[in-house]
Amino acid sequence: MTLLLVGTGLVLTALSGSLALALRREPERAQRAACALLVAGAVLGIAGAVLAMAQGGSVGFHASWSPPGAALALRLDSLSALFLLPIFGIPAAGSVYALAYFPQGASGGRTIRVQIFYGLITASMALVVIAANALLFLAAWEVMALCGFVLVLTEHEKRETQRAAYVYLAAAHVGALALFALFSLLGSAAGSFDFDRMAGAGLAPGAALFALMLLGFGLKAGLMPLHFWLPGAHSSAPSHVSALLSGVLIKTGIYGLLRVTGFFAAPPLWWGLALLALGGASAVLGVAFALAQHDLKRLLAYHSVENIGIIAMGAGLALVGRAAGDPALVALGLAGAVLHVMNHALFKALLFLGAGAVDHACGTREIDLLGGVARAMPRTAVLFLLGAAAISGLPPLNGFVSEWLVYLGSMRALSSKASLVPWAVLAAPVLALVGGLAAACFAKVVGTVFLGTPRSEHVARHEAAPAMLAPMAALAGACAFIGLFPVALMPALRNAAAAWAATAPESLAGPGRAGIASAAAITGCAAVLVALVAALAAWRNRRARGAPASETWGCGYARPSARMQYTGSSFAEMLTLRFGWAFFPRARVKPPRGPFPKHAAFSSHVPDTVLDVALVPSIKTASWAAEHVRRLQRAQVQGQALLVGITVLGLLAWRFLWW
Amino acid sequence: MIASILLRLLYLVLFLALPPLVLGVVNRVKSVFAGRQGPPLWQLYADLWRLARKGAVYSRTTTWVFRAGPVVALAAVASAGLLMAFGGSPAAFSFGGDFVLFAYLLGLARFATVLAALDTGSSFEGMGAAREVTFSSLAEPALFLCLATLARATGSLSLTGMLGPALPDAWSHAAPALLLASIALFVVALAENARIPFDDPNTHLELTMIHEVMVLDHSGPDLALILYGASLKLFLFGALFVRLALGFPVQGLAGVGVFLAGIVGFGVLVGVVESTMARLRLVRVPQLLVGASVLSAFSLVLLLR
Repeated sequence: MTLLLVGTGLVLTALSGSLALALRREPERAQRAACALLVAGAVLGIAGAVLAMAQGGSVGFHASWSPPGAALALRLDSLSALFLLPIFGIPAAGSVYALAYFPQGASGGRTIRVQIFYGLITASMALVVIAANALLFLAAWEVMALCGFVLVLTEHEKRETQRAAYVYLAAAHVGALALFALFSLLGSAAGSFDFDRMAGAGLAPGAALFALMLLGFGLKAGLMPLHFWLPGAHSSAPSHVSALLSGVLIKTGIYGLLRVTGFFAAPPLWWGLALLALGGASAVLGVAFALAQHDLKRLLAYHSVENIGIIAMGAGLALVGRAAGDPALVALGLAGAVLHVMNHALFKALLFLGAGAVDHACGTREIDLLGGVARAMPRTAVLFLLGAAAISGLPPLNGFVSEWLVYLGSMRALSSKASLVPWAVLAAPVLALVGGLAAACFAKVVGTVFLGTPRSEHVARHEAAPAMLAPMAALAGACAFIGLFPVALMPALRNAAAAWAATAPESLAGPGRAGIASAAAITGCAAVLVALVAALAAWRNRRARGAPASETWGCGYARPSARMQYTGSSFAEMLTLRFGWAFFPRARVKPPRGPFPKHAAFSSHVPDTVLDVALVPSIKTASWAAEHVRRLQRAQVQGQALLVGITVLGLLAWRFLWW
Repeated sequence: MIASILLRLLYLVLFLALPPLVLGVVNRVKSVFAGRQGPPLWQLYADLWRLARKGAVYSRTTTWVFRAGPVVALAAVASAGLLMAFGGSPAAFSFGGDFVLFAYLLGLARFATVLAALDTGSSFEGMGAAREVTFSSLAEPALFLCLATLARATGSLSLTGMLGPALPDAWSHAAPALLLASIALFVVALAENARIPFDDPNTHLELTMIHEVMVLDHSGPDLALILYGASLKLFLFGALFVRLALGFPVQGLAGVGVFLAGIVGFGVLVGVVESTMARLRLVRVPQLLVGASVLSAFSLVLLLR
């Protein structure tokens, strides 16, 4: 029943874009019809996932499929169900948002293409998390990656979009290659490509398998050294596509990592510790790079790297827990990771949609050119502020709850008797640093973009359309609900942990109960906080009614101008200086000269260290070297003969001397 | 049972009533060092009363964010008080991991204050806000390392447990680690509360200020909320430090006396530091904070090895 609901939802979302094509003569109706079909499919899919979570356990479906080793095997368990919620929810919100943000009436064919692939990517992501056969999984994975490529390429006439899409495609295929190798190894060890057989085969956990897992799934998720494709791809796409890519698509990497590590009965301790360390590095460096950005969407994209790091830390703690045989640690780490998957989908989609609304109204995404947007767009400002507080992990919103679970997991590791395990507690100070930096970064964004006065001619003149505000409000409502009532999700998270660790949910009952009690206490504290805010605000508003307005105090300076405000770059400078060792900033400075200086200019830009400083130059060097070798081959017959001769000699030498 | 609830209530009342007095103690110590008579101990109560009845002026640049800042900040700090175990009593709310909520509520207060500062569009307040977020994000790891040390030493994950009956035992077998953690916590307390050597609460030059410059534009009731919130925050850190440093074996009403004496001692200590030290140059501040993190990391390593 649940699987049928999810399957129907999957088919409807996959077909939704075709309506936009079929009804293209009446573009507005076509877009509304496509959106309605996608939302209907999403509602069915979410209903199925919620029912599956309420029932617990798992349901499967198995049919034969002609390719060798393949089967149309589907399985819906608690872990897949939790991932299905954002997979269906965020695209639904995004497609409603697109009604006003990306109208088919105005941009025609481009919108039709986005609609088609938007529905298709939703369906393929849903298929990825319910596939129970490696070949089906890989097929869905490839469809998903290619749909992502087309979506990133929406504004294909821009050069940076072309480059971003190309880097995305290359990264996606390297990742897919690693996954083909991974599943071939797993399949030959287990004797079947069905996930059920792999899970029951008692596979030996090898270092090569873990490395392939990290490469294949880490590239999709955007873990730190493998994140290089992410900022470009996520910032070049239209905002509702960025919301989907950043909020949902990269989570399939996390899902894959969890699903495959779940196959092993006893993953070694170093897997968990390595994932924890990678996650920590990803979180700290992700937020550091975010602080240094001045393009709003690029900044948000780097925050996805940070949040994936937090999720990986949770997953790493859960793996450590399995190695140490501590069910409480497994429950806390996995609950933190999976809840953060959902939370990050909610607030990151909210923030990207908000950034799109600002871009739409002001015509720029440069943070330092904006300012005072909250005056013209008060509703967008409130919703964006809620998202910013949530992503900074501030109570009483949802980001706090999942980070709290990860903190608890790292502290839980302290009480372990096994050697090395207690060191996992170092995740706590790392998370604290990340939390502080994220709050700083979003203070920068909200403060520079929405507060103060406009810094340039890019002034917001109108509030976002209701069709854009409504999905944002729904996402913000979900953030607040999870933050205020985390108890509601605790049983589902416990079931997901049990499904992953292949244990009975009863074995996690003890830690589960403690978690529920603590979550209830969080609700209590949040209630006190909200009541206090309301009471104090009422008192203050009564006292300050009719207060006079004046200029901002400028320490006696009478003519302050908007350009004297602190900008986002100056706000973040002290912090980015701390991370100078990781950045390779490119600055263009034209200092004021002479006794009567006329013109001075300064601009700086922090490129991605992995992509722009390491990968691109080394690839360029390699292709330059290859070009030289090729010139030798292309030149003359003598040159070719020489090449053949050297090769033959080399092979002969290898054959007789060393082999 | 009822006695325990009454004791908790008593501590909450003390938490809401006494903090301005602690600042009075700090100022009295400073004036004694300077050879002045100084303001009366209850000066801040008088200031708060006066400000609460005064009118306010708002900058035309500001929005509701500016008005919400002091309200949210005070509410967050006051609700953090519900999680703190004062004296010999358990906290009003106590659960595994409540220390995270405690630290993040203080973070919420900071976030609200910083946004209110940025809302004015003043470069001075932007400067203060930038410094505040920089220093606090560096102080945060030190705080969590101290708490992790406490959790390891006492085997508990809630503030009540960490500071509860297991703490005297922990002092007997892990004194060096807890001593290091106490020192680091004191440094964090000074940084979080904008005291010398990190920030000078009495400075009058906007260019060098951190916390005070963020609230330049607040007046009347808003300023009262901010000053009161700052004193509550100092009291919270004082309570944490006193219970950690004393180990706190005393329960019941006797505990109240010891606790209050400890808080006064904390105020004196802060006052002595302020009287005998100069404010650090801004570039040195991160180094001191990283130093506190290293110190607390060392205390944790002592327990983990």
